[in-house]
Amino acid sequence: MNPMNPSFFDVPIENYIALSAVIFFLGAVGVIVRRNPLIMLMSIELMFNAANLALITFAKAWVNAAGHIFAFLVITVAAAEAAIGLAIVVIVFRRSANVDVDEIATLHG
Amino acid sequence: MIAFWLLALVLIASAVFTITARKPVYSVVGLLGNFVALAIMYLTLQAEFLAVIQIVVYSGAILILFVFVIALLSSGVKPFDVGPDRLPKVLVPAAIIGAIGLVTVVFSAVRVPSPAQPSVAAGTAGGLGLTGQADVFGSVANFGQQLFTVYLLPFEVTALLLMVAVVGVVLLAGDEEPARRRGKTRAQDREPIVKRQEPLIR
Repeated sequence: MNPMNPSFFDVPIENYIALSAVIFFLGAVGVIVRRNPLIMLMSIELMFNAANLALITFAKAWVNAAGHIFAFLVITVAAAEAAIGLAIVVIVFRRSANVDVDEIATLHG
Repeated sequence: MIAFWLLALVLIASAVFTITARKPVYSVVGLLGNFVALAIMYLTLQAEFLAVIQIVVYSGAILILFVFVIALLSSGVKPFDVGPDRLPKVLVPAAIIGAIGLVTVVFSAVRVPSPAQPSVAAGTAGGLGLTGQADVFGSVANFGQQLFTVYLLPFEVTALLLMVAVVGVVLLAGDEEPARRRGKTRAQDREPIVKRQEPLIR
């Protein structure tokens, strides 16, 4: 079976990639626009998921499990990132009642 | 094709809801819808194991972490309003609906014979691959074989990364007791905690 044959896909690969790009863009907009650190972290998760969708789409297009493995590793990294990020958010909130990341300068060192 | 457009609509709508919601709790709900729709989309892309992992790790672990942090940060701001006890009012309808559901489940479980195991050819022909066949693309066996042979080194590095994350979280948000035992509290070299006047979460 030719992987690049368009009929291999019920849905063309471009649709999945476009959807992935849209979700990634929405996540990036969330990080840029919102100033609440929790919502910014969730937007980062959105971007991780968009990247995973692209990886899994390409894995199916080339019938290669490497994309699946890499998406799995990305999920692991996302879990670690969420844990560390939320711990930092908790400790920053504990020290001050600030919810605006622009006004938090504690991590400047 | 219809499934793709439906899922794409759900994905984009929930993503927009996530980044526009006023309160983080609503964002979590939007993110949950996003993750579940994405898991279904993974199933259509023959990534069965990742669909399950998406549900378990993202919807199960990461979102619960977010919910816990939101609950932790907004605690002590306002007394929790329990509200009136609605149990007597809903008891009879709930019991009826629950009984109907139980009867339905038991009836269908008894009546419908369990489907025969699909053949290998059926698994490779289309739709979802067989989970137990290592030579079927997208199956769990294929995934595991690849992960533990070709991609063993990234897998081990991931294990190290997770351990570093655990140690880091414990160090960051952990107990102050070890410092106090050394004769010095960490609170001494800290700014005083600001008394909260308004909810932290907006």
